[in-house]
Parts: sequence; C-alpha cells; structure tokens
Amino acid sequence: MNQFRSFTLGAAIALAAGVTTLPAVAETPANMLVIANRIDDITTLDPAQSFEFAGSDVNRNIYSKLVGFDPADLTGGYIPALADSWTVSEDGMTITFTMREGVTFESGNAVTAKDAEYSLRRAVMLNKTPSFILTQFGFTADNVGETIVADGNTLSITTDQRYATSFVLNCLTSTIGSIVDSKVVMEHEVDGDMGNEWLRTNTAGSGAYTLGSWKPNESVTLVSNPDFFRGAPAMERVVVRNIQESSTQRLLLERGDIDVARNLNPEDVAGITGADGIAVDSELRGRLMYISMNQKSEILSNPKVVEALKYLIDYEGMQDSFLNGQYTVHQAFLPRTYLGEIADKPFSLNLAKAKELLAEAGYADGFEIGIVVREAQERIEIAQSIQNTFGQAGITVNITVGTGKQILGVYRAREHDIYVGAWGPDYPDPNTNAGTFAFNPVNTDEAGATGLLAWRNAWDIPAMSEATLAAVVENDRDTRAAMYEALQREHQQTSPFAVMFQKIEQTGRGANVQGLSLGGAITAVSYWTVTK
Amino acid sequence: MSLTETSSKPSIREWLLTDTPTSRKHAKATVIYQAWLSFKRNPMAMIGLGILIFLVLVAALAAILAPHDPFVQDLGARLQPPLSEGYILGSDSLGRDILSRLIYGSRITLYIVTLVTILAPVVGLFVGTIAGYAGGWTDAILMRITDIFLAFPRLVLALAFVAALGAGIENAVLAISLTAWPAYARIARAETLTIRNSDYIHAVKLQGAGPLRIIIKHIWPLCVSSLVVRVTLDMAGIILAAAGLGFLGLGAQPPSPEWGAMISEGRRFILDHWWIATMPGLAIFTVSLAFNLLGDGLRDVLDPKDGAS
Amino acid sequence: MAFASDILKGRRKSPFYRAAVKTVKTVAAIAVTMLGLLFVTFFIGRVMPIDPVLSIVGERASQEMRDAAYVALGLDKPLIVQFFYYIADIVQGDFGKSLRTGFPVADDIKRVFPATMELATLGTIIGVSIGVPLGVLAAVKRGSWIDQVARVVALIGYSMPVFWIGLIALMVLYGKLGWVGGPGRLDIFYEDIIPSVTGMILIDSALAGDWTIFRNAISHIILPAGLLGYYSLAYISRMTRSFMLEQLNSEYIITARVKGMSEAAVIWKHAFGNIKVQLITVIALSYAGLLEGSVLTEIIFAWPGIGSYITTSLLSADMNAVMGGTVVVGLVFVLLNIFSDLLYKFFDPRAK
Repeated sequence: MNQFRSFTLGAAIALAAGVTTLPAVAETPANMLVIANRIDDITTLDPAQSFEFAGSDVNRNIYSKLVGFDPADLTGGYIPALADSWTVSEDGMTITFTMREGVTFESGNAVTAKDAEYSLRRAVMLNKTPSFILTQFGFTADNVGETIVADGNTLSITTDQRYATSFVLNCLTSTIGSIVDSKVVMEHEVDGDMGNEWLRTNTAGSGAYTLGSWKPNESVTLVSNPDFFRGAPAMERVVVRNIQESSTQRLLLERGDIDVARNLNPEDVAGITGADGIAVDSELRGRLMYISMNQKSEILSNPKVVEALKYLIDYEGMQDSFLNGQYTVHQAFLPRTYLGEIADKPFSLNLAKAKELLAEAGYADGFEIGIVVREAQERIEIAQSIQNTFGQAGITVNITVGTGKQILGVYRAREHDIYVGAWGPDYPDPNTNAGTFAFNPVNTDEAGATGLLAWRNAWDIPAMSEATLAAVVENDRDTRAAMYEALQREHQQTSPFAVMFQKIEQTGRGANVQGLSLGGAITAVSYWTVTK
Repeated sequence: MSLTETSSKPSIREWLLTDTPTSRKHAKATVIYQAWLSFKRNPMAMIGLGILIFLVLVAALAAILAPHDPFVQDLGARLQPPLSEGYILGSDSLGRDILSRLIYGSRITLYIVTLVTILAPVVGLFVGTIAGYAGGWTDAILMRITDIFLAFPRLVLALAFVAALGAGIENAVLAISLTAWPAYARIARAETLTIRNSDYIHAVKLQGAGPLRIIIKHIWPLCVSSLVVRVTLDMAGIILAAAGLGFLGLGAQPPSPEWGAMISEGRRFILDHWWIATMPGLAIFTVSLAFNLLGDGLRDVLDPKDGAS
Repeated sequence: MAFASDILKGRRKSPFYRAAVKTVKTVAAIAVTMLGLLFVTFFIGRVMPIDPVLSIVGERASQEMRDAAYVALGLDKPLIVQFFYYIADIVQGDFGKSLRTGFPVADDIKRVFPATMELATLGTIIGVSIGVPLGVLAAVKRGSWIDQVARVVALIGYSMPVFWIGLIALMVLYGKLGWVGGPGRLDIFYEDIIPSVTGMILIDSALAGDWTIFRNAISHIILPAGLLGYYSLAYISRMTRSFMLEQLNSEYIITARVKGMSEAAVIWKHAFGNIKVQLITVIALSYAGLLEGSVLTEIIFAWPGIGSYITTSLLSADMNAVMGGTVVVGLVFVLLNIFSDLLYKFFDPRAK
C-alpha cells in the first residue's frame, strides 16, 4: 500500500493542475489496470463456495489450482500448475500428482501436498453449492480420509470408478479446485467452519494477485504477487469497479478513466468502434441462450409441435439485429471450443415447414401458449421476436416478464410452458452441459432434480441418460468426442430444447492494453498476462 | 372555478362584485370570482394553467393529433433524428414515432395524476379530520400510523410496495398514494383542531348534528382550500415519482409510452441518440413546471398567510 | 410540525415531573414508530414473490442445500415468530447479515451511509447558502423582477426530473467537456489510498492532508450535490420568502420603520432574526429528505449510498438489508423531526 501511495503522490504532482482544468482525456497509471464490470453477484470469495461469474474472475487471479489453462493458448487444454506432473493408476481410478517445488502462498508458507489435500477435502466436506463438481467422482465427507491423500510431495485422489482422466482434470481447473493455505485457514476456523467465514472476505492463495480490498457492489482491488511462480505480473494493481450501465462504462472508457469496459451493449460498441485509442475485442464465451418446452404441457409434449417450433425461430434475424455482435447462432448443447463440439445448424426460420408440421400434429389453427422470461433486455427482445414468428403460424404467445428469481422459481417448479433461458457451463468438460441438458434418470416430481434442465422440463430420457453416463468414463479422447457429437445430433432433433445462440463477449479497451484474456468458453479472466 | 349562472338584470360582473350579496350562494360566488380575478393577475400562474389545459386537450385529441400509431414498430426507420421526414421529434430504437408516443403518454400522465389526486387527499382528509375531531386515543393511534408512513423513505416505500405487488401502472399509483396521504392527514388534522372549538361548530353541535355529519358537512369544506393548494404543489412531485418508478422499470411496462419508461428505454442510446431520452424528459419537466406555476399562483390566492401578490 | 408530543397534552404537577413524562413518552413514541416501520417492511418483504433462499445458494444448489439454508434462515418458523426474533436481535444492535453482500447489515450501512451523508450535507449547504438570501431578497423586493426570477428559479428546481437532468448533465459536463469528474466518488485509481475515518471522502482526505484526492472528490461530488442542492434551494427559498413576508407585514416592523430604523436593520435584525427558528426547521426537514438517500441520483451517478443500497437489496429480496437501511433512515428522519420540533417549542413564543 505504501509504495502505491508514493506512486500516487507522483501521479498527483503530474495532475497537480487539478480538477478544475482536467486534461481533455485522463489516463490511468501505467502499472495499473482499471476495469468496469458488473460485479454485484459476488457474495463470497471462498473458493469452496464461490460460484458466480465475477467471483471466478477474482478467484482465478488469486488462487492457483493443481492444473490450469494457459491464457495465451486456451485451446491447448489443461497444463501443469501447482502440480508439476501426474500419473494415472492401472485401473484408471487413482491419479497421483507431484507438487511443484518452491511455490509459496501470500503468507510466505510453502505450497505443499498437505495444502492440496486440505483444500480438496475441505471443498467436499463444506458441501456448498459448487461441491458437486468434486462429489460427482464419489468423494464424500466420510471417505475423503482415504480418497484424497497426501504423501510427501505427492497427492493421490481415488475416484469411485474409472472416469476419463480429462474429465477429472478439467474439473480440477475450476474454482473449487483452488489450493488454499491450510495453516492460515485453520488459524481462522470458527466453530468448525473450516475458515469458511474468514475466507469469505479474505484470501490465502498462491496466484498472481492478492486481495487488496473487496467492497460489495462497489469494487474489488487486486495487488500483484511479485513471487508468482509464472513470473511477476506487469500490472501491479488491478481495480474492478462495479458499473451497471453500459453508457456509463463507455463514458469512462472514452474519457480514459478506465482501461477496460466489459458490459457494453451493441449500440455502445458501435459508438466506440473506430474511436481514437480504443479497441474492441470479441471473445467467444461459454454461455448459451435457449428456449425449452415443458413436457408436462399436452401440446408441447407432441414431438411434431416441438419440431415445428424449432422452425419458427428467426435465429439469423435476431443475430443480425438486436443481438448483433453479442451472440452467434449455435444449436447444440456444447459450446463451441468444447471437446465434442458440433457446428450443425439444422434449423432456420421456415414458416411453410412449420405449418405443415403443426397441421400433422393437429394444430393447423395454432394454439395459445405462455413464455416466461426474466427482465433482461436481450431476453425480452428474444421473447418478443419469438412471439412475432410464432404468431405467423397462428400461435398466440403470452409473455410473462419477472425478476430473475421469480422466473427461476417457476422454472424449477416445472410450472412454465416455454422458458427463455441462458446456461453457462460450470467446468470446462463436456459433461457439464451433457449432464444437465441430456441427463434425467428419474423424471418424477418427487425426484426434485431441480439442478437438471432436462428434469425442469419434465423430459423423460432413460436411454439418453445412459449414453451421457457412458461418455464420462470413456478414456479415449477421440471416441469420447464422437460420443458427444452423436449425443448432440440426437438431442438437436428430439429434445424439447431449442439451443439458439452462444455468447460473444465484446470488450472495449484502451488500445494500449495488450494480452487480456477473458477465459474463452472454458475459464475466467486472467490479469497477469496484461501489459500496457 | 365555475361561475354561477344567473339571469340577473345587472351585468354578471357587477353581480359578482357586489358588496351586498343577496344569498349565501351569491356570497360564495363573489368570493370565488374575486379569487379568480386576483389569480388572473398572476401571469405565470396563467401560463401554468394554459399548459395544463393544452395537456388535457392533447390527451383528449390524441387519436387525431398523433401522426403515427405510438406502438407500431418500423425497424427500417429506427433512431431517426428530430426534424427528419415524418418524425418531427425523431424515432426511437424500434422505429416508433416519439411525438406520437409523447402525445399518447400524456393520457397516462393525466391518468396517474387523476387517480392519485382522488386517492391520497381523500384518505388523508378522512384520517386527519377524524383524528383531529375525535382526539384522545383515536387521535394518538391514527397519528402514530401517520408518523410511521412519514418516517419511511418515500421512494423506498413506493418501490417496496410495487416490488411486492408487481410492476404496473395501477400499483404505481397505489404506491405513490401510499406515500402521499400522511402529509394531507397532518394538514387536515391541523385545520380540524383550529375549527373544532369554533363557535360555529358549537352552534352546529347544539342543533343536534352527529360527529360524522359535522366532520363531513362542516369540517371537510373548510379543509379543502389548504388541501387543494398542497395537492397542486405536490402534483409535480407525483408526476416525477411516477416517472421515477417508470425509469426504474417498476411503473408502466413496455411498450407503454409512459414518459418515465421512455426515458429509461432511451437511456441506452443517450450518447449517440440524445433525443430519445431528452424529449420525454422535456415533456415531464414542462408538465410538472406547469403544475408548480399553477400551485404557486393558487397559494397566493387561497393562502391568506402569504398575502396576494 | 407537531410530532411526538401531540399526545402529551394534559396538566401535571411539577415542571420536572412533566419533563420526565414527556421524555418517556417521546422515547416511547419513537419506539412505536420504529416498530411500525419494521412491521410494514417485514410484511412487505414476506409477501414479495422472490425466494431469498435461491439468492443465497444459487441456481445449481441441490434440494438439501436449499432446505438447509431455509432452516438456517429461520424461514420454517411462523411469520410472527420470525418477526419477534428479528426485533430481539435489533434491540441488541444486530441487524443480521445481508444475503446479497454476505456482510453484516450494520457494516454495510456504516459503509454506505457516510456516502449519502456527504452528498446530502453538501447539497444542503449549497441549498441554504443560495436559497436563504434568494428568499429574503424575493420577499423584500416583492413583485419586482427579482421576485419573479427567484420564483421561476425555484419552480424549475421543483420540476426537474433529476434522473433525466442528471443523465444529460453527466453526458455533457463529464462526457463531452470533461469539466467534472465522472460517476462514483473518486477516480478509480485514487481509491483505497486514504484511510477511512469518517467514511466521507472529503473529510477523510482533508484529515490526511491529501489535497489531490480532496480535489478529485470535489470534482466527482459537485454535480450530484449541485443537483440535490438546487432541489433543496427551491424549497428553502420559497419557504424563506413566505416567512419573511409574514414578518414584513407585521405591526412591529411597520412600527420599526416608522421609528426611522435603517432598512437593513429592519430586514436582517428584526425580520430575519424572527424567522431563524422556523428556517432551521425547514432546513432540518429538507436535510432529512436528502438523507433518505436520493435513490435516482445515486443510481445515475453510481454513488454507493444508502438509497441505492436499500433499493438494490429490495429488488433481490434481501430483507435484512432493506429493514436495516429503512430503520436507520427512519430513525434519522424522526430524530431530525423531534429536534426541529423541540427547537420550535423552545424558541417560538407563539407555539407555547
């Protein structure tokens, strides 16, 4: 803090002319990255609990995992991080990691296999929302003593059956795989909470940055870790300010008060494109936009109707008008860049074909149906477009708009007709989406599998669920990819889901900012590669 | 402000200005007429009145005046600047004519104003006069309730109410009324307290009138003038509150051409297409200024404390 | 502005006894008001169609996690029981935890309230320093062009939709001209440098002697404070004019004039001297109004104050935060009211 302060005084002298005559365009200090983003979803920084977008952005820069991604080569897959290397046992159930030497936590403690053991056990035992990413491998609070074990410089984890190694390692790259400083965390344990409360607002990691401050709904400040094992970051300080409005973000960017604006709408992107000293990046992210049709509805459970509706969506029209630059047409449940991705787009707006299908289904004169949508600009616009095109086939659509929480309540209770939804992958493995779009072993109301999109839409698919399970244990990469491709092609035709778009994040940045990776479709942002 | 029709021989003006009224109604008419004369001398109040009459006319004749349908979208003609062909005030992001939307929006503004004016002062009058007249525990309880609502942050109370019942124009009206009535209750109570012990009320009491009759027939009329002034002055605040709710997305819902909601929609484009948010802002400003001018003039006339200017 | 003392009519024996009874009753009245405030907020919070549990555990949580959170929040108990638990906690100074930020509500309020207070205080200072002289002038020169100008200036202040004028002003004065600072309380790279003592950046930076930050903070606050100040100016100048007119028309002023007293002495010493108490009441009320947190101004200027805190909490059904914020704001309002009430009773002979 002190060194920063003296730096500011320097900057202060430069700015001594003062605010009354602000320079035409201000400039942020050369060793500091200032970002405007919506960060109001952060409620905790504990990696065993944090499960929101903005939270993973912070986390990825503060904590290191056993394996990680190279921001400069995201398509290259996972690479060694705190683990130097690993071996897989004969039966494919045990993976043994050898730890990297000479890495330290922000406290100065060395990162050891014991810390890794503690961190993973802790994540399982705390059993917070994201814990399923680990517990799906059979880890439980009762068995972690035997299944997650440190021995000298190595850590062994043993799953309950053979899984594709890539599946396990992909999951370990996610936030919940963060390695925390066990000594420091245990010092702050209160009532057996394993430091959960302390880690909510404090950090104990070994990443590129440490936490400067976090003011909820206001800002997160990160301070660089000069001892970072991949080398000291160029940006000594990163400030992420919560700015809700796109136009405000743009104003700040144009004035040079921030380096990066992350939530610009298409109008503002168009406004700054070509402006002096400003560049716009587009990066494909993992978020999908879809509509789903509740199979409890008599009309929507008719396969012909489902197929007809998929021909009644103006995919291209939306992409080229109000979603311009922010979404691209995509019709399969795995985002592009995932293992097993397919680019097939079997559906487009085809009124004649849809009418024919509706007639075959016995609804030549259309019907009346409801769409529920949360009050987000783009989703309402999508719903209105669908209302319009459905209407051309004689279908009357009633749109219900509500707050996110209200609408989600309806969806989870399976009380909707048609839902306009968005889905972001939880971890960078194809199973993250296959396991929710194409998996629903028990379809009863009592099953209460509210986390599964297939269940929420009452789509009963015992056979497809088996196929999804089979894909996670296949260890041959190409075979595994082929299994997902087949799964998606069947899903496209038969499922009550019409996947429509994949998100493109458009970022406005100062032209001098280089090397910012938002994490693509698979991970979160990294600041340590940024230079100015 | 209606003038009593008579078939008197002297000119109506003379009849209205006489020092020796022939009946109670006549006396009332002379008072009102004199107030009108002094009001007329205030040019700004007259401007306010003129704007409001214009607003009512526009709302009534919206179907004739509006050059376009306020809801019809034309994506080919979106974001037209003001003074472009066919769009005097420009078009919005969906190619709707802003002028037509403003014209139809005047109906919503009047609707909100009318409803709130009916609801809030009446509730306030009821609570205030009963509390003032009854005194004792009734007074204590009613005034405590009034205090509770007064202590609420106003927009927060309105927001909470709308959030609980759902966004929409009727709920917005209810929410605004909910925040507005306590002030009227206070005024009505204060007036009642001064009137309650007057000889006039004692006389009425002696004639055997019941409390309810006294309140409604004799106290209410005396409270009305101070309430009217206050309501007119508050009207601008009501319009601004409704627009604020619309701006936050909790008032009128799209595609309604409510002015606050129009600003909210136009806000996304404010940097490149300033007119979309500016036009409805000007409309809100003009109407609330008109109410303020009118209210200020009325206060000069009706509120003796301030003296006529 | 009669308030808590309304129900305290009656004749008592000694002055001391009367004072004691009065105090007790005032405190009781405040308590009842606060309780009512809480009850209304609590009730509204419970009928809101938003699931607070979902806010905490997130969309992907399993049913057991949801149930656990439900029980942990005490939502399984009857409403009235929940309410009493909540009141019991508040009495001990515990406002609970915000679901949205994860922090104790009391900490959140300590963070956001100074931001609002800074804005409201500066706004009131601007409003008073221009509004009072303007009002006096308008009264003295009644009917002149100055009076008319003052009237128009004030009425325009009443009529501005602040969210609209704020947007435009921000776009022009910051975006195009760069004369003032942008949204927020400071340029981002100045944040977290000075130690937070009062939470009000202007005061903290002055205490730390960091004048660069002070000036930066001024450049950010001037626009929103100016807008709020204009609004309060409108109200204060109208009220001042009205009070002054009343005085200037009164007998004793006429007498003073007849006696040949200088006009300045008549205006400032006598007339203005007599309206001071009334004026303070008006200013206190206007200050209380600004302290409620001008939700819209705070949203437009990304000002992290209590108004936007309560609003955003409300929209995510974070009722602990909403109730905590409402109680604080309500308390400030009631206290300022009682303060001005007392002042009035104390100094104004006619109120006796």
